[in-house]
Amino acid sequence: MSAAAWTRLLERVGSQGEGFLAYMGGLGYLGWDALKFTVLGLVVRPRIKADETFFQMVRLGVRAIPIIVLVQTFVGMILAFQLAPVLADYGQLDKVATVVAIAMFRELGPLISAIVLTGFAGAAIAAELGTMVVGEEIAALRTSGIHPVRFLVVPRVIAAVLMTVALTVVADIVGTAGGGIVDRFILLRDSWEYYHTVVQSLLVKDVLTGLIKSGVFGFLLVLISCYEGLGVAGGAGGVGRATTRSVVLSIFLIIAADCAFTAAFYFLW
Amino acid sequence: MTADVDPILELRGIEKFFEGRQVLRNINLRVPRGETLVIIGGSGCGKSTLLRTIIGEYAPDAGHVYIGGEDACCASPERLDRIRRRFGILFQSGALYSSMTVGENVALPLREHTDLDEKIVRMIVKMKLELVGLRDFEDLMPAQISGGMRKRVGLARAIALDPEIVFYDEPSAGLDPIATSVIDQLIIDLRGKLGATSLVVTHDMQSALRIADRIAMLYGGEFIAVGPPAEFSSPTDPRVRQFVEGLADGPIPLRVSKTDYVTDLLGEEPV
Ligand SMILES: Nc1ncnc2c1ncn2[C@@H]1O[C@H](COP(=O)(O)OP(=O)(O)O)[C@@H](O)[C@H]1O
Ligand SMILES: [Mg+2]
Repeated sequence: MSAAAWTRLLERVGSQGEGFLAYMGGLGYLGWDALKFTVLGLVVRPRIKADETFFQMVRLGVRAIPIIVLVQTFVGMILAFQLAPVLADYGQLDKVATVVAIAMFRELGPLISAIVLTGFAGAAIAAELGTMVVGEEIAALRTSGIHPVRFLVVPRVIAAVLMTVALTVVADIVGTAGGGIVDRFILLRDSWEYYHTVVQSLLVKDVLTGLIKSGVFGFLLVLISCYEGLGVAGGAGGVGRATTRSVVLSIFLIIAADCAFTAAFYFLW
Repeated sequence: MTADVDPILELRGIEKFFEGRQVLRNINLRVPRGETLVIIGGSGCGKSTLLRTIIGEYAPDAGHVYIGGEDACCASPERLDRIRRRFGILFQSGALYSSMTVGENVALPLREHTDLDEKIVRMIVKMKLELVGLRDFEDLMPAQISGGMRKRVGLARAIALDPEIVFYDEPSAGLDPIATSVIDQLIIDLRGKLGATSLVVTHDMQSALRIADRIAMLYGGEFIAVGPPAEFSSPTDPRVRQFVEGLADGPIPLRVSKTDYVTDLLGEEPV
């Protein structure tokens, strides 16, 4: 390759990187604003809208419960099926409970809840806010002195973070129970023993790191979908693009954050 | 500059560029308290851009916007919010909040910006809706009412806090002649009842002549004529005449393409 071609390539990579950094900067700025208005809304007026936040929790989280229960049952079963032969080779079939529980509580519960919620809540938020931009509703809010971050983003952030954590608790338990189904009916083992092994092998640390991660995932997915929604330009087509982008980016950033957190917990805790 | 009138709104040397293209050039304007000023001009001449610059949605690339003597362009966000509470805006589409009922839409500025009792809020909402003739529609959602009604609700919301100045972006666009007259009459009434200053952006010459104390014509991002409606009924400037009389032939071109037609069709790069 000629020197000019190299320069062009570097410039391309550079401008992509610059775009990504600018995007992360914008995201960080929105996140900072959301945190600021949340803290302010806790101590001074105007207060956080409790009824709106509750409405968003129901809208964003409750509807996702059935699908999470279904998915996690299957994931738990899959895990048990995959592990059983390996553990049987070592004569440690009783350890199915341990491995399933730890995998669920530390990793799969938080991750799968966040990904399901990205499809449910993230896409809905991006489409909703995007439509509001197109209908000049956001401009109307802003120009009447009502900050869209305080009015629209804060209730959604609080609702999404709380619901991601709450759904993760459900996902953890259901996923582990899914493994228990295989343990009982396929491996023909005793359910009480499975239950006791689960309880014994889980440490507070396992549960806690999982929940901390899920809170971060929830924050990421709601922030990205708000950012994409509020940034819509170009009519109805823009809303569709923003929705897709918010789902793809959320999944990518959630998994990247998962990797970073897991590594950090591995070394530090 | 002598302050012979007390301008509620003053624009000084506004310039605005989009991607290197100049959309507004050297806009100067003084709007005294209580005046209804109508800005006319063809589509794409920069009317909405000017309005959005005045209300602080766009930052001008040069110049200043003074609202009630305060410079809105370099105000801090908190200050800008306070300035914004003094004005009401009717957006082109009405811009009602689609997740709230008509009544909640009108009540929102009151609930957000005042400490009024819920009972009083409800009363004011009814009064404002009565003013636009829609008191019976309080509990409907924006999607359940017609476009003209949405604009009237938007107007009721814009005046909920009794603003000193009301901005209208194309209040008659997309409305039938009767709905247009209703909105026009509302603008005239508001001036009488609230003493509000109005700044109306429109391409509807008839309604401009009906409501205006003063008309300003925007062309190519510049004011080419400013004066009382009488001056616009027999204009001397051929560009103004063409617009006022709605003629196809005249100095204002319909086509705004920069590239040569033939070049564009044949796809040849200009040498
Ligand atoms: N956000 C924007 N980015 C780039 N160009 C814009 C933007 N908004 C308006 N324009 C351009 O500025 C010019 C004036 O637009 P606008 O103020 O909407 O006109 P009007 O309201 O008089 O029809 C148009 O040529 C339009 O293409
Ligand atoms: Mg316009």
